[in-house]
Amino acid sequence: MRIFSAIMNEVFKLLAEGERLNESQMAEILGLSEKDVDAQLAALQEEGLLLGWIPVLNPSTGSDNIVRGVIEVKVTPERGGGFNRLAQRIARFDEVESCYLMSGAYDLLVVVKQSSLHKVASFVSERLSTIEGIVSTATHFMLRAYKEQGYLIEQVEEEKDRLDVTP
Amino acid sequence: MSEEDPNRFIADHVIGLPRSGIRDFFELVSAMKDVISLGIGEPDFTTPWHIREAAIYSLEKGRTHYTSNLGTIELRREICRYVDEQFGIGYDPKSETIVTVGVSEAMDIALRAIINPGDKVLYQDPCFVSYHPTVTLAHGIGIAIKTEAASAFTIKADAVKEAWEPGCKALIINLPCNPTGGVAERAELEEIARFAIEKDLIVISDEIYAELTYEGEHVSIASLPGMRKRTIFLHGWSKAWAMTGWRIGYACAPAELTEAMMKVHQYSMMCASIIAQDAALEAMKNGADAVQKMKVQYKRRRDLVIRRFHEIGLVCHKPQATFYAFPNIESTGLTSTEFATRLLEEEKVAMVPGTAFGKYGEGFVRCSFATGYDDLIEACNRIERFVKSLDASGSKISENAEVTRLSN
Ligand SMILES: Cc1ncc(COP(=O)(O)O)c(C=O)c1O
Repeated sequence: MRIFSAIMNEVFKLLAEGERLNESQMAEILGLSEKDVDAQLAALQEEGLLLGWIPVLNPSTGSDNIVRGVIEVKVTPERGGGFNRLAQRIARFDEVESCYLMSGAYDLLVVVKQSSLHKVASFVSERLSTIEGIVSTATHFMLRAYKEQGYLIEQVEEEKDRLDVTP
Repeated sequence: MSEEDPNRFIADHVIGLPRSGIRDFFELVSAMKDVISLGIGEPDFTTPWHIREAAIYSLEKGRTHYTSNLGTIELRREICRYVDEQFGIGYDPKSETIVTVGVSEAMDIALRAIINPGDKVLYQDPCFVSYHPTVTLAHGIGIAIKTEAASAFTIKADAVKEAWEPGCKALIINLPCNPTGGVAERAELEEIARFAIEKDLIVISDEIYAELTYEGEHVSIASLPGMRKRTIFLHGWSKAWAMTGWRIGYACAPAELTEAMMKVHQYSMMCASIIAQDAALEAMKNGADAVQKMKVQYKRRRDLVIRRFHEIGLVCHKPQATFYAFPNIESTGLTSTEFATRLLEEEKVAMVPGTAFGKYGEGFVRCSFATGYDDLIEACNRIERFVKSLDASGSKISENAEVTRLSN
């Protein structure tokens, strides 16, 4: 991985603050040209530091029939590859939203997004459990989200009640 | 004054107090819609959640009683640890620190504890709006020390010497400074310290913006040789921890001075709110990360605003601390009040006229950049349009009726 340049770092930190800023605003804030910002964003993505631009959606609204299954998976590690080959294989399914290697009672944590309980269930029973090397699975269904990737959901709005002018 | 006029009951030194210039401006702004305000002297961030949560927990536990006049011993211990670590000044939590209702109250009890009627008090100008009135309310006489853009609004020892006159007892300094963003180099402070010792001045040092120092080291005058015993150190959580509404701060000083302040505090305030004290304790113990995060944002906003002012053609030194820029607007030919009023009326951007912070604030306006990027960018664009329109019209004299009303 290339070392972060100072500018790249600034662009990255600004993005991470999570405000919706277009490139011209980012350029304005950081004192760069739009072209520079554009180049830095491209570089961040090229380096694999920035994976993509999927918006953070509220899981409890929008489409009614979204079901998230959180699956704890135990696998038999392989000589040489450890957990990687199996984990990568699982991660490739479109149904899988995220996939992590975990410490503790199970090995992989797999989050699956589907349009029905039934579809999650069949993904687990037909795709996941049948893979050679998978020892067991335990599937939990997500009921409600309170915070999604740093964003609070459905809470009392914080009031911005500063006076217009203060000492 | 007629016999019926309630004014006849009001004390002379209170009747004589001017209303804060901020107040006038506030009224003008709040009567208008869609104003972007760069006139707010407090963080736009809400107090970090872990601090708010600690206050809720405190209430749940039933912590609803008075505390010791000095404040809870747990908080005083944390204060002393922090002041030692960050500022290099050692104070005894039992006898040398007092928790107050903000630095505002700390300043008040410090002055009331030390000032005899007629004592003179030196203070830097421009400065926080309450200094001079608080001196007056303590029956002291305020003497302004000029700070200037040419020296980035630091306090020059020479200016202190020039302002000094017989009868001066105390010196109030605020570095980093609201409204100018001025800071001081160690060498300059050392010279001021030597002068304070020579003239036997007691120094009240308001260091509420110390954490929001972006470049250079923050030096407390209390940490310099011979100064601890003649300094009252004031600090609080309002700014760096975004806790203005909690009304909590503190003073540290030698035991005799703390005891004197405690007497004033005891009979007027009793103690600071216990909930705020518990919240401040959490801020002391676990607040560093949140402070750092906010500081990073302020710095980025500062860079944006300063760059834009330069592009617009307003001369402005780059403040090394605080969330205030203090641009010079003399090139527009307008006074501070004219500039601020017309900018408000023509472009709906509020900045406070420098004169609200003292007579040496003429020619400047205070821009608080404790505001989101969107608003900052838009405000700067509006300011640019406004300044250009002045250049274009060539009219250096305002014909606006509102201006004359305000500048009185
Ligand atoms: C220099 C300075 N001192 C003191 C205060 C008041 O602080 P507190 O909220 O602790 O009373 C302020 C607030 O604007 C300030 O800018």
